[in-house]
Amino acid sequence: MQLEMQPKPFWHPLWAGIALGIVLLLTFLITGHGLGATGFTTRVTAWLASGMPAFMGEQSYLGPIAEEGIFSAWITWQVIGVALGAVFSAWLARRIRFQIDGQKTLGTPRRLITAFAGGLLAGLGARIAAGCTSGMGLSGAATLSLAGFTFLITFFAAGLVVSRLVRGVR
Amino acid sequence: MSPIEILSGLALGFAFGFVLENAGFGSPYKLTSQFRLADWSVFKVMFTAIVLTSVGLMLSEWFGLVSLEGLFVPPALLGAAAIGGILIGAGFAVGGYCPGTSVVGLMSGRLDASVFLIGLIAGTLIFAGAYEQLEALTSLGGVAVGDTLPAALGVSSLWVNVVMVIAAVAVFIGGSALERRFGGPVTAIEAVTGDSRPVKSSA
Repeated sequence: MQLEMQPKPFWHPLWAGIALGIVLLLTFLITGHGLGATGFTTRVTAWLASGMPAFMGEQSYLGPIAEEGIFSAWITWQVIGVALGAVFSAWLARRIRFQIDGQKTLGTPRRLITAFAGGLLAGLGARIAAGCTSGMGLSGAATLSLAGFTFLITFFAAGLVVSRLVRGVR
Repeated sequence: MSPIEILSGLALGFAFGFVLENAGFGSPYKLTSQFRLADWSVFKVMFTAIVLTSVGLMLSEWFGLVSLEGLFVPPALLGAAAIGGILIGAGFAVGGYCPGTSVVGLMSGRLDASVFLIGLIAGTLIFAGAYEQLEALTSLGGVAVGDTLPAALGVSSLWVNVVMVIAAVAVFIGGSALERRFGGPVTAIEAVTGDSRPVKSSA
């Protein structure tokens, strides 16, 4: 009985990688570009900031993005798709569990602080590089771009160093 | 946005999210175990996908299905890419997610992922607020040797792809060896329940 309720195992990384490669290749063939994520969160940020004049000047970063709107961008629909695909997969495999992951090892306040701080660093970095792990690392390297490989090398190096300095989720 | 474009975004995104969740990439424990070298799934999956796409695009061009000039290739602003890589890598180690996987984490019930997403928006706001000072970073370190590795080296993408395939095989072999040494990949049960996270002996 208990086995019935257990989460199903993850896919073998080789099969997951092949599946991801097929999705990424199809994305390039259909749209001419790769997959991403922060294009969407940047548009959400611009929408949230659209009531704050300080962020909306003519020379501002978010002003022109706010004018384009959220739903006029392909990336918005792609991220909505990611959310739907993820919840469907997690539901199928009994891997949905409401929790603050990392709470057991870090405690709730500390886990919420690390989650916020990690997001903040990633948000800043993604705007400087004009892409995140999906858009710059995965999609960028798949076109054999120098920027994509540079991103992946520095991403891994920083992760190795910082994970030894700061206690993360484990 | 035409209905076809909306549909392609939804469908390709759905497949992307479906695969990421099945790979275990909604779990911050599994994701950050890559940096502890105990779980090589992140690099195995990414490397396989990169090589498959790169080879697929090369073959598609040979058969005239696609023109590589028509594809988006990020410009070779290597300083900007390096700063972004450092910040996102650090954010991954601290926060447990990258931007895309935080969406997957949230959709599998992880409330900490929603806090990561709020941080992501805060980081974007900080960038926008300091745009005058930070704008120069976004175009830092441009190189003129070309945007791609084959262009920079002056070789056909075939040779770069051959090296990439060999590197991918090495990631699988070396990664699996390190997984055995450092206590193996994180299983779905460990990732979901948060229980049974013993420090496995290397024996």
